[in-house]
Amino acid sequence: MAHAQDKYYVPHGTRWPIIGSVGLFTLFVGVSILLNGGSTAPLALLGAAILILMMFLWFGEVISESEAGTYNDQVDQSFRMGMMWFILSEVMFFACFFGALFYARQLALPWLGGEGSETMTNMFLWPGFENTWPSSGPAALGGDYEVMGPWGIPALNTAILLTSGVTITIAHHALKANQRGMLNLFLGLTVLLGFTFLGFQAYEYFHAYSELNLKLNSAGMYGSTFFMLTGFHGLHVTIGAIMLTVILFRCLKGHFTPARHFAFEGVAWYWHFVDVVWLGLFIFVYWL
Amino acid sequence: MSTQNHDQVHDHPGHSHEEHHGPAKGLTRWLFTTNHKDIGTLYLLFALVMLFVGGAMAMVIRLELFQPGLQFVNPDFYNQMTTMHALIMIFGMIMPAFVGFANWMIPLMIGAPDMALPRLNNWSFWILPFAVGILLSTLFMDGGGPAGGWTLYPPLSLQAGNGFPFTIFAIHLLGMSSILGSINIIVTIMNMRAPGMSLLKMPLFVWTWLITAYLLIAAMPVLAGGVTMLLTDQFFGTTFFQAAGGGDPVLFQHIFWFFGHPEVYIIILPAFGIVSQIIPTFSRKPLFGYAAMVYATASIGFLSFIVWAHHMFTVGMPLAGEMFFMLSTMLIAIPTAVKVFNWTATMWRGSLTFETPMLFALAFLFLFTIGGFSGLMLAIAPADFQYHDTYFVVAHFHYVLVPGALFGAIAGAYFWLPKWTGHRYDEPLGKIHFWLSAISVNVTFFPQHFLGLAGMPRRIPDYATQFADWNMVSSIGAFGFGLSQVLFAFIVFKTIRGGAKATAEVWDQAEGLEWTVPSPAPYHTFDEAPVVK
Ligand code: HEM
Ligand SMILES: [Cu+2]
Repeated sequence: MAHAQDKYYVPHGTRWPIIGSVGLFTLFVGVSILLNGGSTAPLALLGAAILILMMFLWFGEVISESEAGTYNDQVDQSFRMGMMWFILSEVMFFACFFGALFYARQLALPWLGGEGSETMTNMFLWPGFENTWPSSGPAALGGDYEVMGPWGIPALNTAILLTSGVTITIAHHALKANQRGMLNLFLGLTVLLGFTFLGFQAYEYFHAYSELNLKLNSAGMYGSTFFMLTGFHGLHVTIGAIMLTVILFRCLKGHFTPARHFAFEGVAWYWHFVDVVWLGLFIFVYWL
Repeated sequence: MSTQNHDQVHDHPGHSHEEHHGPAKGLTRWLFTTNHKDIGTLYLLFALVMLFVGGAMAMVIRLELFQPGLQFVNPDFYNQMTTMHALIMIFGMIMPAFVGFANWMIPLMIGAPDMALPRLNNWSFWILPFAVGILLSTLFMDGGGPAGGWTLYPPLSLQAGNGFPFTIFAIHLLGMSSILGSINIIVTIMNMRAPGMSLLKMPLFVWTWLITAYLLIAAMPVLAGGVTMLLTDQFFGTTFFQAAGGGDPVLFQHIFWFFGHPEVYIIILPAFGIVSQIIPTFSRKPLFGYAAMVYATASIGFLSFIVWAHHMFTVGMPLAGEMFFMLSTMLIAIPTAVKVFNWTATMWRGSLTFETPMLFALAFLFLFTIGGFSGLMLAIAPADFQYHDTYFVVAHFHYVLVPGALFGAIAGAYFWLPKWTGHRYDEPLGKIHFWLSAISVNVTFFPQHFLGLAGMPRRIPDYATQFADWNMVSSIGAFGFGLSQVLFAFIVFKTIRGGAKATAEVWDQAEGLEWTVPSPAPYHTFDEAPVVK
């Protein structure tokens, strides 16, 4: 690495953000028309492609600047803090869906079952409805469905994610001790575990749809919270696994030093974050 | 307080050192810029444009309400106007305006060379025009724009036309822009301060923005989750807000207001910050009770997360809930009162002068306080059963938002325009703008208290004839206020184009790092960190 700059690096102009905005615009307009019944899937895909290309180029530029030694410690610190606050915003995003789950289980369904001051709702709208969980609500809109139990794939997936949290920590220690072989090995293992998790999750969805009649639109509040929480979590694992892959390739190319490896740590934090969210999911969505 | 960098006034904003690039030429300067001053300017100009877009919608509303009966628009379009007016003013006007101030002033106030993450900063801004474009385009779609109120309560908000998914995604984009902007602001403040600029030496504007940014990061994602559930309820058959499926429409209200109440403080805290810069300057005294101000701001930030259901007293909550939210809401009055007291005490025995920024700050102090009092009335749960969804609520939030937040922004604009442009604005015109605004804003909104107490409901295009007189007065005030803001735009552009040269200090004995750099502030400032004693 070239010697670090003493000045805080301020880039002069950047093209990526405006391209990113065009990508977001195309994507959302495409999806909106699609939802309204149009046939703009290609438009939405184009938007996604622009967005992905933009990220590729933007991060590429940052990586080469970083490798060229453009960033001093203060810039490094900015990246770290930025990543931490970004993860906090993600935590709040999940908190919203967990909140919906708790609200439904602790308040909405008991009230529908006639508890508290809401006896009239039960008496006049849905007499005989009793609050249980899992529940698809008093009108049982989607017919019969089966519940996804905790002790099959979900428990396995918990073990997988927890193990991946350990492997990435080992990789991190190896990086700090400059043991590149260990680093690559354990990072590679983490990537593998990440994608295995995703594979199981995909299988579970397939199983839910084809055999349990557990669908986004068939199991009322249970299905809604189940798919919303596991779906967004799965999306985040996908993003995390892609980021891990990028980091793996960078490690293989010899990037990062024992002292300077923000990108590695940022991804590791992110991975721990999806890990912790999963624990919440396992306990409150699958188990209790 | 700090070392003087340059003393003389430079003529061109592109004043550059050896290794420095000045601004690029042409349109790409604005599209690709990573400069906090350029981006600040973009935000501020964007907000100014949106003030007139949202303002035009308000004019439609007041025109229809000028007399009882339906004269100009049909009820559905009226509802689109109230909904859009609020969304545009909140997400398109006042929040971007304050982010613009943050961009321009925070690096100058803490002695940083720029914002911490300059590329991200560009993106935070450039998401906005696309988001607002999507939102506005719904007005031309089958079924029109969103018409269920800015609060988007289901099931009403789901009874929408083709514009619905566009509205939801526009909100996602607006939230994304705010979150990215807030991350940048926090990181800048935490990581980019000049040596010696300890946290408790930061100007209060920096403090209020720091707390605002925390609020944004915690609140915006919750809104994003809420509107995502609206979208899946509408298109994918989930039942989050449908009792038949075990959900609850009231759940949306909880989610919305868990975001919504911090949001109102997101809007007002930067204005608190601006006023806390202006009042000491024109009193020629340091801010009274600086540390108390910081703690008051922090406690307002904290409390704002535990009061949300005061918007929901009438939806049917358990009694314990009503009590809790009533008392926690009233608690907020304490730190707010600390602030009002300290601003007043700052002026006590100061050598006061009354230039336009100070006039707007004083109006803020009086009129925001009126809004705070009506807020306290609304916070009384049993009383709110009567006031809720009447014009009294409309009067309350317009007092805190217009002569509160907006006056704060206008005061800040007059205060720093000389620093931004290098020119003094036209003081007599500024004073005329002030008096026109201050009088018309009261003519517009004060009568709405009477209307609300008498029982006139909000969000209805027609009303009983008993409400006719005060509605006419209110509409006349509104037209006057709208026209006065044209004068504001005129003054701003006049100042950009020319005017008496401003000194570096601009205001007599002004304190703070921003006054040590020349006016206009050079394209790059504080490449060498200043030393703060
Ligand atoms: C002393 C502090 C405040 C108190 C006690 C207070 C209390 C309340 C209460 C109880 C309501 C609900 C009324 C109802 O719907 O029946 C309300 C509405 C509202 N307040 Fe405040 N408020 C305060 C300050 C503020 C500030 C500083 C802002 C913004 C800058 C604000 C903006 C709003 C808005 C926008 C609404 C109406 C939202 C809607 O229903 O569309 N308030 N306030
Ligand atoms: Cu509130």
